[in-house]
Amino acid sequence: MARHTDREYEAELEALRERVLLMGARVEELVTLAMRSYVERSVDLARSTIELDRNVDQLELDIDELALQILARRQPVASDLRFITTTLKLVTDLERIGDLGVNICERVAELGADRAPNPHDPIPRLADVAVGMVRDALDAFVAGDAFKAEQVVDRDKIVDSYYAQLFPELLPRMMSDPGVVLESTRLLSIGKCLERLADHATNIAEMVVFMVKGQDVRHSG
Amino acid sequence: MTTRVLSLTQAEDAMNVGQYGTSKSTPKKPSRPDDDLSKPRWDEVSVSTIVPKMRTEDLHAYFGQSEVLKGISLPIAEKQVTAIIGPSGCGKSTFVRCLNRMHEVVPGARATGRVLLDAQDIYQPDVDAVRVRRRVGMVFQKPNPFPTMSIRDNVLAGLRLNGERPDDPDAIVEKMLHRVALWDEVKDILGRAGTGLSGGQQQRLCIARSLALEPEVLLMDEPCSALDPIATARVEELIHELRKSYTIVIVTHNMQQAARVANFTAFFYLGKLVEHDRTDVIFTRPKEMRTEDYITGRFG
Repeated sequence: MARHTDREYEAELEALRERVLLMGARVEELVTLAMRSYVERSVDLARSTIELDRNVDQLELDIDELALQILARRQPVASDLRFITTTLKLVTDLERIGDLGVNICERVAELGADRAPNPHDPIPRLADVAVGMVRDALDAFVAGDAFKAEQVVDRDKIVDSYYAQLFPELLPRMMSDPGVVLESTRLLSIGKCLERLADHATNIAEMVVFMVKGQDVRHSG
Repeated sequence: MTTRVLSLTQAEDAMNVGQYGTSKSTPKKPSRPDDDLSKPRWDEVSVSTIVPKMRTEDLHAYFGQSEVLKGISLPIAEKQVTAIIGPSGCGKSTFVRCLNRMHEVVPGARATGRVLLDAQDIYQPDVDAVRVRRRVGMVFQKPNPFPTMSIRDNVLAGLRLNGERPDDPDAIVEKMLHRVALWDEVKDILGRAGTGLSGGQQQRLCIARSLALEPEVLLMDEPCSALDPIATARVEELIHELRKSYTIVIVTHNMQQAARVANFTAFFYLGKLVEHDRTDVIFTRPKEMRTEDYITGRFG
């Protein structure tokens, strides 16, 4: 697409885009580290990852402020308007994803370092899909790739089905060994966080479709 | 929604009392399309289902050898506001001037193609251009009240130029000044020169002068470009009101104005119609890249 005649306006939109990308990168890093702290049973990593959320929250405030200024001063229309309104909504989902990453870290810290190994742990495969959705939704936003965004939306079903299997998988262990009940509820909580995280990634992907195509695909599936 | 409709009806009743001063007044007008809740709202109407008051078909316009309009086919929706936007020289002013045969007034200017008003081609040789201009009125960029005339005479000027002697000129003056929401501001100074009014008042006076001829279509060529924001808001509010009774075409450089007042927007570029759609579609998800580039400020 051609550049704006007004280069200052162009620079403002670019600055907004860069902030969103930075926030996206931070959130992606946060959830990736949260899951690594889970897999590696690292309470230290979980605690240090929680600290990253402050930066995410600050970026949300910066982005809201910048978007508001552009709306007030430039009266954007068409693709610019869709970009800015998408941005305003997208950051709330990103911020929530960050919070869910923090929740995961908190559960990891509660689980502690000396959890028994479980070769059939269902959490990692759920995390692979959910965190992958966050990554791809953000990539689709960066590239303005509606096709990729639509694929993210489709993957939410996989996450939902994995999450639905989580409780039935944990239940037999809990029944045979009351000692793992507390641990299992924390695993369920992490699973719930991942499922919610995928929902927010889906929201972002739907917004990307709207931003690119001008077509609202929410609540249609 | 109900409140809004009610308040408009009340406003109209109040206006009728003001117009005729008596309770017998005129028979009640049939309700306007805007008030009919059974009909779809304008923003639920698709551009393909427009009920046209006017329609151009393959309209070409020339100044001497230079072709300014290169085959414009555009329906003008009845009792709606259609905005024509586009960069300078795209032909938007020429287009509206073709809609009431003002274009041909310029020496060397001519037009081909068809311009239909209702079902009649206004360029047929047996059509009287003066009659066309009565039905299709025009308001210009710069407010242009006749400088030697009073406010009152300005309102009546169009009628008199058409050789009419209305029975009750004062009633017409009051009615028209009410219609443009100028009555309260000028009712005590009707004998003063129209040019003594503020720019925004002058423009509303010029609109009243056009409306006195009871046109069906009102063409507005940059009607607010010489006005401050408050006066602009008054004219825009007036456009919202006039839409209920008239078909309006507005040419504007101010895209936010098009976004605010128009139901439909047509984007012209280099003498061609690039895109015509509902205003909300044009300003949120235009289909043509040239429209997108123009309205977002990415042009040249």
